[in-house]
Parts: sequence; C-alpha cells; structure tokens
Amino acid sequence: MATPISQAAPSYEARTRPSHVVGWIALAAVALIALPLVLPSYQVSITTQILIFSVLAMSIDVLAGYGGRTTLGHGAIFGASTYVVIYWTAVLGGGIWTGVALGILCATLLAAVFALLAIRTSGVYFLLLTLALGMIVWGLCLRWTSVTGGENGLRGIGRPEFIADHISFYYAVLLVVAPVTWAMWRFVHSPFGLTLRGIRDSESRMRSLGYNVPLHLFIAFVASGFFAGIAGALYALFNNFVSPSTVQLSQSVAALLMAITGGVGTLLGSFVGATLIIALENVVSAFTARWPTVLGVTFVLIMIFAPEGVVGRVRILLSRRRKRQSSESLN
Amino acid sequence: MTKSILQLDHVGVRFDALRAVDDVSLDVRRGERRAIIGPNGAGKTTLFNAITGVVPPSSGRVVFEGRNITHAPPHRRADWGISRTFQITNLFPSLTVRQNMELAIRGLTPRKFSFFGSPAATDEERAQADSALTLSRLAARADSAVNELSYGEQRQLEIAMALAPNPRLLLLDEPAAGLSPAERVIVANIIRALPKDITIVLIEHDMDLVLSLVDWVTCLNNGQFLAEGTPADIRNNADIQNVYLGKARHHA
Ligand SMILES: Nc1ncnc2c1ncn2[C@@H]1O[C@H](COP(=O)(O)OP(=O)(O)OP(=O)(O)O)[C@@H](O)[C@H]1O
Ligand SMILES: [Mg+2]
Repeated sequence: MATPISQAAPSYEARTRPSHVVGWIALAAVALIALPLVLPSYQVSITTQILIFSVLAMSIDVLAGYGGRTTLGHGAIFGASTYVVIYWTAVLGGGIWTGVALGILCATLLAAVFALLAIRTSGVYFLLLTLALGMIVWGLCLRWTSVTGGENGLRGIGRPEFIADHISFYYAVLLVVAPVTWAMWRFVHSPFGLTLRGIRDSESRMRSLGYNVPLHLFIAFVASGFFAGIAGALYALFNNFVSPSTVQLSQSVAALLMAITGGVGTLLGSFVGATLIIALENVVSAFTARWPTVLGVTFVLIMIFAPEGVVGRVRILLSRRRKRQSSESLN
Repeated sequence: MTKSILQLDHVGVRFDALRAVDDVSLDVRRGERRAIIGPNGAGKTTLFNAITGVVPPSSGRVVFEGRNITHAPPHRRADWGISRTFQITNLFPSLTVRQNMELAIRGLTPRKFSFFGSPAATDEERAQADSALTLSRLAARADSAVNELSYGEQRQLEIAMALAPNPRLLLLDEPAAGLSPAERVIVANIIRALPKDITIVLIEHDMDLVLSLVDWVTCLNNGQFLAEGTPADIRNNADIQNVYLGKARHHA
C-alpha cells in the first residue's frame, strides 16, 4: 500500500511556471490575512487548526511524497511535542517559550529514535514499524499516569495575554506557519530534496552513484519530525489540553490522509487536504460520534479513486492540457 | 602488476547452495577494455554486484587500485571511482534527464547535503552533465522527462549517468540489451568513443558487437572461469564455441 502512494506522486514542478506559483501564493496570502475579518470567531479557530495540521501533513509529505516512505508514526511525534509543552508549563511551572523549544526538541529526538529503527525498511514494513512505534508512545502516555495524567490528560495554563483571543492567535499561528512552510518548500526542492526523490525512484541506483541512502532517509526523517514538533507545540497552545488521543493512531491516520487528499509529493497540497478533512470532521461530528469509522472509509475511498490527491490531479490535468496545446501549436 | 586497476582474488558469491560466482580470479589493467561473456546465468551480473558491493563476496578479495574493497558498501566504492550501468534499466523515471544527471553528479560532491540551497545546477555541474550527455549522444534530449524517452534513449541515459561522475572504472552490464540493430550500432559507437583513460569492463551477449570493442575477453560458465584471451582467441576457442556460442544460437 505504501508503495503505490509514493508512486502516485507525479512530479511536474520542473515545468510549472514560477510566475504562476508566485501569483497563487500572493492570492493565498491575501485570503489568509483577510479571513478573520469575514469569518465568525468559531470558524477562525477552525482555520487555525487547519493551519496547524497542514504543517503536520506537510511534515509527513516530506517523507512520503519525496522519500517514498509512508509513515503512521507522526501523530505520536506531534503529540509528544504537545505533551512536553503542557507538562513543562502546567506541571513544572516553566516558561511557555522554553516549553515550546523543549517540545520541538523532544519531538525531533523521538523522530531520530523512530528513524534509527525504521529507515532500513520500506513499503508496508516501514508503515507497520512506524505504526507500532506510535502505538508504544500512545501506550506510554496512557499508562505513565504519574507524568501524563493517564486518560485524564493534562490541562495547560492558557496562552499568553497577547495571543489569548482567537483572532490574534490565528495571526500568530499564520506568522509561524508561513516561514515554516517556506522552509519545508526550500527543503524538498533543495539538492538534498532531490536526493530523496532519487531514493523514492531507485535506491539501488542511488547507492551505486555514491549516496549513503540510510543517512539521507535518517536526515529526512529527523527534519520531518522537527516540523511535526513545531505543529505539536502550536497545537499545545491551540488546544490547551493533551491526552492520549493526541498521540493515538487516528491522529497519524488523519494527518496522513490530509497529505494524501491534498496530493502526496506536492507539499502545499497538504493545506487543501487539511481543509477538506477538518471540514469533513466538523460536519460529520454534528451527526455522529463515529468519526474514526468515517475517517477509515474516507481513507479507503481516496486510495481507490484519487490516490494522486486534489493537487496531484490538478497538476496532471494541467500538464495534459499543456502537452495538448504544445502539440496543437506544432501542427 | 603496477598497471593493474582491479583484481579479483578467488572471488565467490553464494546464494544458499547456489554458487553464482565460484572462485573467479581476474586482473584488469588500467585503460583496458575487457569483456565478460558467458551464457545466461553464468554469474556475470553477480560478478559486477560483487565488484560494486551490491552483493558482498562470500569468499575471496576484491582489490581496486591497491585498496581492499571486499566489504566496502556500494556508495564508498562509487566515491573511490567505480561506476556501473544496469542490465535492467535503472533510472529515476519520475524526474527529467537533467535531474537524473544532477543526481549522478552530486553523489560524489558535498552539494548532495545542501538542505536549503537552490536546486538549479551550478555552471560546473551543467558542464559535467552536458559532456556526459554529449558522449552518450543524448544532449538533444536533456530537458525531456525520463518517461518520455524511447527505450534506446533510456539505455543511453544509463551510460550517461554512469559517466557523469568521471569514474576511473566503468562497468557496463549489457548496455545494448533489447536494442534494435540500428540502436546497437549507436551504443557501440558511444562505447568506442569513450575516453581512453577510463577502464571499461563490459558484459555483452552480442559477439560481433563485443569482440569489436574490447582487447581482452573473459568467459564464465556456471559461475566459473572458463577461458580468456584476445577476441581472436575467443573466436577460435572450441570450449567457448560449445558452451557459449552454440547455446546462444539455440536460444536465439
Ligand atoms: N539475489 C539473488 N538471489 C538468488 N539467486 C540469484 C540472485 N542473483 C542472481 N542469482 C542467481 O545467480 C545465477 C547467476 O545470475 P546472474 O544474474 O549473475 O547471471 P548472468 O550471467 O548475468 O545472466 P544473464 O546473461 O541472464 O544476465 C543465476 O542462477 C541467478 O538465478
Ligand atoms: Mg546479467
């Protein structure tokens, strides 16, 4: 299953015109800045959540879409950061920014441990191994009651005054997510990012060309965990509460589904995927408590009918049209 | 002895009970053009895998430029100057020809660890890619996607990618496999025109092609060394006629 996901990712960015990209980004930026002026406060809060989960989904896409390694452990890495931020501030009484830094650090270290254990596998084995590692973290959060509060979870101390209300927090998150997105974009399009796509296409060729494949995957995994940790720390500020459900499997599944729905290997597709999945969750929750079931069914449907995702599909259509136009102009 | 670039010293590769390569010793001189021939399953590709580290030998030693590389991983051997093509086309199909070449070049440079740098090729990388593409007669297709290339062009890209890092030892595994007679001629001309300072070891089934390209031939059979000699010797060697040419004719 993991292999088709990565293979479904087409790479047409070599031919997307930069002027178009800049135009779209400017449009998106204006829309994101203007949103709180038109949306009611509850929906501003949902948009904030979408931004946070977009970062998580993109961090998964770095591995799945570029390195060809589909992971189900990123919910745990994300949630570890959330736990650390809230534990540091609420239980130990530490400062919030130190907490955020520690949360991201712990997520990165956890990702390094996951990576050491998982990078030599691929395909379904990688998927299952990361899933199992995530389950261990979940079990730990559930059972280690003296630290994690067990099933009751931990409540935070609230956000600092200047970002306490929905709107200013939204802007604060936007101010973090924008440069983080830019950094991830640079990362996957860097010479190093190209090596990940080489690994996705052919590990044996990469090795014979002089690449230490496990090292590249390790670095990618750790970087991906760092970005997931940023999302997890933002989530701590957003939710002000953490429990085992934050690190559980359905979190990893939901985030992976966001990346897939948007289009694996497109990076920015994660924003589309996160919007669709979180919107769906909100609609479904109004009618039934069976969100995990709906999530599972959605996953299966997407994998069968649109494995290339929304942005992936749009890219394919665009490149077909471009090809048709260029062949017409030749005739 | 000092002119030797690659020595195999009683190399064996076993897969469980199967001795795919069985006690093979050979010595390739710097600048030599060497062919490895033998019927299907003779162990030719496995021998390449032992030289490049894909499958480490289970016995014997591989020495490259005086260094014992028997147990070094493939990427280290690439770093030391060994490069190869694959019998079954092994490219990066979702990337463009240029991106394939950039990966081929950066494997041996620190740029592969540029995490936030520009993806654009540097002038130097571009020149290196263009020169390998020109040698492989693929320069005109540099901006195509790999999956738009014809099969013959993909085989040419195989060679271009192996040439790009400026190797000292180039291993070509059936570069003309599956090509039409016309395409074979192109590949033969490419190989003939390669710089003389690159040592080349070539696996090839097409006798006319291979004997016109090399100055020394080693013949394997059932994993074992059968015979070696100049192309003229090989043409007249009765053992090889029996084991290899006869068989090949039956298959074809
Ligand atoms: N990874 C492997 N595991 C098990 N057996 C293998 C493996 N690789 C090769 N073999 C076996 O080793 C023997 C030699 O195979 P090899 O591919 O080296 O032959 P070859 O001379 O390259 O043949 P061809 O001309 O068909 O390419 C064959 O019997 C093959 O089935
Ligand atoms: Mg072979």
